[in-house]
Amino acid sequence: MAKKITIEPVTRVEGHGKVTIHLDDEGNVVQSRLHIVEFRGFERFVQGRPYWEAPVLVQRLCGICPVSHHLAAAKALDVIVGAGTGDGLTPTGEKMRRLMHYGQIFQSHALHFFHLVSPDLLFGIDADPAIRNIIGVALKFKDLAVQGVMMRKFGQEIIEVTAGKKIHGTGAIPGGINKNLSIEERDIFLKGPDPMNIDKMISWSQDAVNFFKDYHKKHRELIDTFAAFPSSHLSLVRKDGAMDLYDGVIRAVDAEGKKILHDIDPQDYLKYIAEEVKNWSYMKFPYLIEYGKKDGWYRVGPLARLNTADFIPSPLAQKEFEQFKAYTNGKPNNMSMHMHWARLIETLHAAEMMKELLNDPDLQKDDLVTKGTKVKEGVGLLEAPRGTLFHHYRINDNDQITMANLIVSTTNNNEPMNVAVRCVADSMIAGQKEIIEGMMNAVEVAIRAYDPCLSCATHALGKMPLEVSLFDSNNNLIDKKRS
Amino acid sequence: MSEKIKFTIDGKECFAEPGQNILDAATDNGVYIPALCHMRGIKPAGSCRLCNVKIAGRLMTACTTPVEHGMDIENDIPEIQGLRLAIIEMLFVEGNHFCPACEKSGNCELQALAYRYQMMVPRFPYEFPVKEIDASSPKLIIDRNRCILCKRCIRSFTDENGKNIFAFKKRGHKLQINIDAKLSANLSDEMAQKAMDICPVGAIIRKEKGFDQPIGTRKYDKVPIGSDIKSVI
Ligand code: SF4
Ligand code: FES
Repeated sequence: MAKKITIEPVTRVEGHGKVTIHLDDEGNVVQSRLHIVEFRGFERFVQGRPYWEAPVLVQRLCGICPVSHHLAAAKALDVIVGAGTGDGLTPTGEKMRRLMHYGQIFQSHALHFFHLVSPDLLFGIDADPAIRNIIGVALKFKDLAVQGVMMRKFGQEIIEVTAGKKIHGTGAIPGGINKNLSIEERDIFLKGPDPMNIDKMISWSQDAVNFFKDYHKKHRELIDTFAAFPSSHLSLVRKDGAMDLYDGVIRAVDAEGKKILHDIDPQDYLKYIAEEVKNWSYMKFPYLIEYGKKDGWYRVGPLARLNTADFIPSPLAQKEFEQFKAYTNGKPNNMSMHMHWARLIETLHAAEMMKELLNDPDLQKDDLVTKGTKVKEGVGLLEAPRGTLFHHYRINDNDQITMANLIVSTTNNNEPMNVAVRCVADSMIAGQKEIIEGMMNAVEVAIRAYDPCLSCATHALGKMPLEVSLFDSNNNLIDKKRS
Repeated sequence: MSEKIKFTIDGKECFAEPGQNILDAATDNGVYIPALCHMRGIKPAGSCRLCNVKIAGRLMTACTTPVEHGMDIENDIPEIQGLRLAIIEMLFVEGNHFCPACEKSGNCELQALAYRYQMMVPRFPYEFPVKEIDASSPKLIIDRNRCILCKRCIRSFTDENGKNIFAFKKRGHKLQINIDAKLSANLSDEMAQKAMDICPVGAIIRKEKGFDQPIGTRKYDKVPIGSDIKSVI
């Protein structure tokens, strides 16, 4: 009798997902799927609202990376109010937003690595879930847990001084920003008492990269082969090919490193990218039009960004980037678990960029907003912590939003996550008759590498509410296990 | 000069000008009585009932009741504060008040009252009424989701030529605020801002100028509503 295994909900990802794995009578995997059952409807309910509300409204999509939505929406509206893209803003406007964004990347990456991923690495994928969690880390590796908490706090405080609040602020407005950074606010970060200052954050970020590299040396097999698969990669890059998390052109490379999307203007994204709807998931499947639905999918996020960029424009992260690239002889890195490595290099980059910005006197200037000739449509792209984020709005003559299209990072990674689950299913679940915790968690670890943000729920802590259900080919429940 | 009227609020001795209403007199004596529909200087309407006080065992609206000699007014007593909280809750469930995305947040009197009265989840079911927004004026947006029908705009705002640009339309539960889009087109930016400031909530919003006041600098970010009146609470 064919069996269907359900792993639900996927824990330690942001939100909920449900994995089903269908086995045939021999125990081979015939199909695996990551079902997204949340439906948030933001694109619908911003319709009719005044356009300048969008950055404040749509950020409510998420409690983990609201800043990304806040900024992507503001960037789309920059176009609408005639401020243009990127360099259209005043230096203070753009740099305040960048500072906010790097603070966001920093806190989100720190949260992900220290709170969500480190338990798997420190205790092992198949360790008892009772200890394999952040509480376990706090008890056994206290310094590391404290570092994670403090790094997150630092990033959030950067967000607070730029957006007005740690979560769901209002800083970015169409055409600019609503405040600058006072010297007092700045000095909290430049000269704060140990450890809450930017120099410590940079050195802790270096420690975190080293921690991962060390771990990699000892567990090469796991890190290099677990859920590894070839794919294309897509991200924004600066016009000169540098990594740029805030603004740039869209570039995609294939698994071998050949450019398949040639640094296109984000305003033109619809000419190159489309989304497929599948009846078993609320989340769409984006793909590159030129390569079709089947082959046009791509990965986004830290791994993709390190694969598309030619260099990182901050010295310490650039050094790490060179090592990262050398490991795959300059070719794209297709190993899912290297996502963590890439994420930590970005954390270091974000810390370096925050330092550069904090030292920039432009942040104390008063010229905050640019406006020009209004147009009816605008697109804003941003490299959110989890990958490329698209916001696209159209307005009517009365300044009301008539159309919104959002492609969020996790949606871009929809197919890659499905492929990652399939990899694990093939190698670890196929042929097994019994569901063991390590096996279930392996599926989760694969998904978690993508740091998916499946809804805006922020269930990062607590006991793992894992439930595995076994169905036969007629969808009858024949077994159920809880951890 | 006419003689002052002597009265008490919660036992505190107070003085009023003849003909002054209780609400204005209380303010002058440093006593906070919450209000939404009343604005000093315009004719009281007595429509929100938030300013209810107790006089000789009867509930009266402070904004419409003139002070009389020897009145003993009860204001800060659990019964009345409880009623006020209930009114605030009703106002929330009757409209669609999504503070998180409202640019009046931090400057909104209704929101500030909810904070002051420590409103948690309203005890009444949300009505989620279907309301429209009118964005046809080039200067102002009318968001009826947030209108509490206090009539402040109608009672106190005219354009530079003394013409009303706000009016009520329809009746009963369909009653709604309307704007004369054509007349409003000639408003200066200052006048448009004045209209926005008159509205206690976010139902009158200036166009293309949202969220430019940083969090932390808005009216009620740091102190509760009524803090400018030395309160007995
Ligand atoms: S628009 Fe504002 S001021 Fe006018 S009635 Fe409604 S809530 Fe009152
Ligand atoms: S303020 Fe007196 S009834 Fe509204």
